[in-house]
Amino acid sequence: MADFYGVTLESRLMLGTAQYPSPRVLEEAFRASRASVATVSLRREAGQGQGFWDIIRGLGVRVLPNTAGCHSAREAITTARMARELFDTPWIKLEVIGHADTLQPDPFGLVEAAGVLAAEGFEVFPYTTEDQVLAARLLDAGCRVLMPWGAPIGSGLGLNNPYGLRTLRAAFPEVPMVIDAGIGLPSHAAQALEMGFDAVLLNTAVAQAGDPVAMARAFALAVEAGALARAADPMEPRDMAAPSTPVLGRAFL
Amino acid sequence: MRIEVNGEAREVAATTVAGALAELGWAEARVATALNGDFLPATARSDTPLKVGDRLEVLAPMQGG
Repeated sequence: MADFYGVTLESRLMLGTAQYPSPRVLEEAFRASRASVATVSLRREAGQGQGFWDIIRGLGVRVLPNTAGCHSAREAITTARMARELFDTPWIKLEVIGHADTLQPDPFGLVEAAGVLAAEGFEVFPYTTEDQVLAARLLDAGCRVLMPWGAPIGSGLGLNNPYGLRTLRAAFPEVPMVIDAGIGLPSHAAQALEMGFDAVLLNTAVAQAGDPVAMARAFALAVEAGALARAADPMEPRDMAAPSTPVLGRAFL
Repeated sequence: MRIEVNGEAREVAATTVAGALAELGWAEARVATALNGDFLPATARSDTPLKVGDRLEVLAPMQGG
């Protein structure tokens, strides 16, 4: 099991806490998902923050605050510093958004912020693309975990560039990697784990499902299946057919 | 004095950040603060004076993905 800054997680599923129909459904979905990590954010206090914090603490899982909505390294750094104090954790899901429509990361701001935060003792989980060069820069900046996207946040498109993700996985076999964003179905999560990724992080796929609790359970089973399959050493695909039934002893009819 | 709290103009009597938070009802709240765009640790709030026009951000735990 992968090591996330010295922490071995019991489940390979990290789950977001936004967009559920109600706090009760959030709690039930979380338990059904068996997720080991909950992502959270910081927003202007308008009266709901304290109650939400009680719910999160009640889940009994590790908290991963994000810097969602930050469009510059400076904003992300300040948000991370506030998050560390508020949630009492050095973990930070670092998002520096580069484009309003695709919500794709700004690679330059991301590397800049990651370097500053790692130097300050943060344990950075950078939301990045599948770009190998960017991955290397993030590792140089002090990241020990990478979170490549599957597809744009909230799109549910799954693993958009399996080739790029496969080569990224192969290029840094020792680095714990979480597929973050774009996961729409349990099969996408299973695929990520079958490819050798260590965990998946998702939110919308569960929260916006017609039955979030049932979908959470489906994801729990999918990540378990994907991890088991990976450990079982899958067969290599091939272009030509190969009979699985013995040819020897076939009747002459 | 007039300061800006979470984007809204507010009139406070307090002269420190800690005083302003207490005045606004956040003395015991789990919040993180930034003053004029920079993180202000909780331990520094009582020693940090406020001046007219300061921008104070008071953030709380919230849902996130």
